[in-house]
Amino acid sequence: MDFRLSIFVEVFPLLLGGAWVTLYITVVSIAIGIAGGLILGVMRVSRFAPVRGAATAYTELIRGTPLLMQLIVLYYALPSVGINLPALAAGITGLAANSAAYVGEIFRAGIQSVERGQVEAARAVGLTHMQTMRYVVLPQAFRLVLPPLTNEFVTMLKDSSLVSTLAIAELLRVGREVVAWKVNVFSPFAGVTLLYLAMTLPLTKLARYLERRIDPERRVAGHLS
Amino acid sequence: MVTVADLHKVFKGTIEALRGVDLAVRPGEVVVIIGPSGSGKSTLLRCLNFLEIPTRGRIVIDSVEVTDPKTDLNAVRREVGMVFQAFNLFPHLRALENITLAQIKVRKRSPEEARQVGMRLLTKVGIPEKAGAYPGQLSGGQQQRVAIARALAMNPKVMLFDEPTSALDPEMVGEVLDVMKALARDGMTMIIVSHEMGFAREAADRICFMDEGRILEEGPPEHFFRSPTHERTKQFLSKIL
Repeated sequence: MDFRLSIFVEVFPLLLGGAWVTLYITVVSIAIGIAGGLILGVMRVSRFAPVRGAATAYTELIRGTPLLMQLIVLYYALPSVGINLPALAAGITGLAANSAAYVGEIFRAGIQSVERGQVEAARAVGLTHMQTMRYVVLPQAFRLVLPPLTNEFVTMLKDSSLVSTLAIAELLRVGREVVAWKVNVFSPFAGVTLLYLAMTLPLTKLARYLERRIDPERRVAGHLS
Repeated sequence: MVTVADLHKVFKGTIEALRGVDLAVRPGEVVVIIGPSGSGKSTLLRCLNFLEIPTRGRIVIDSVEVTDPKTDLNAVRREVGMVFQAFNLFPHLRALENITLAQIKVRKRSPEEARQVGMRLLTKVGIPEKAGAYPGQLSGGQQQRVAIARALAMNPKVMLFDEPTSALDPEMVGEVLDVMKALARDGMTMIIVSHEMGFAREAADRICFMDEGRILEEGPPEHFFRSPTHERTKQFLSKIL
């Protein structure tokens, strides 16, 4: 154990900068991931087999291969076909493409758990398929997917550490650089650990709170709306 | 107003829910369909606005052939109001919003006009004070009355009721049936699947008895209840009356 408070205090501001980068990458990636996931989720419940098939193929491709590999392909392999992404862009693209696949599954489950009668009632008053999705199904699905979406955010926050391999100065990368610089492992990593927890714990708590809120046993009528 | 000819519906290639239904409903007529469970009553109703796609046969509503593949189903559905056993109100919208949504999105009415129509209909079904309530805050009877108002807001030419009181506590059945009776008096064309024989006797112009995917017997209520001809009809009536 080589923990030294003086090093910890000295490098903490550096780590904090890394944490900001981590948070930034995560927020941007998940925002794009949610937009993409929404499209994928709606595609996966489409009546048209080719649309469903395309969404399924994408989802399986992403979920069936390691995120680290996807990031390496984006950053190290794409230049050979003439696409040069800056590190940050490659990192965010990889994380966003990855989260879209997982968020798509979350949305699909949410859409499918909205009662069949809701769709029938919407169609019976003449709403089109898209209007039914937009005004009836998705607003109800959104509420159901909030807890798993929050959990996905936590996963993304941790997985964003993988972009350290693309030389992006996010929290883990900064931590490792400080270790090399100070020749001290525990002091910087105590800070890295604390900062990851400071970001993930509130989110985990939020997810648990949201879960309780949609639990029908505890729900007060109309309370959610 | 509604003509059904030789309608067939086969589920999953094997279950014959409808085996040749013929039915003609005149404008303003109130038809109550009764029959044992599994006799195809609900399937018939659901075929009428294409929530189920008939396997074979013709449906004509207000001189538009619904079963013609060229017909725009959304256009047909907005002329046909449907009330469900489970109400199926949109839980994330207030009562009034449930009624205005399709008016604005489908009928392209202004929000203000839709609101006025909505309030008029909520008054008609007796709960204008519940306009701002969410479905979860309403009793079953109130929810079903909102659901009726939601369907009426589209100015349908025909109203379909699929066991509208079956999911209600007994003390709430009356309030929903009263709304339906008032509708019938106003001249609305209605096709109702129901087990409420008292209501059928009082409000129906005609009763159809369905069994095993066919309409076995039909007639005006006084005749139908007093002197049914088919053995199956007699059996059924003796069980429920």
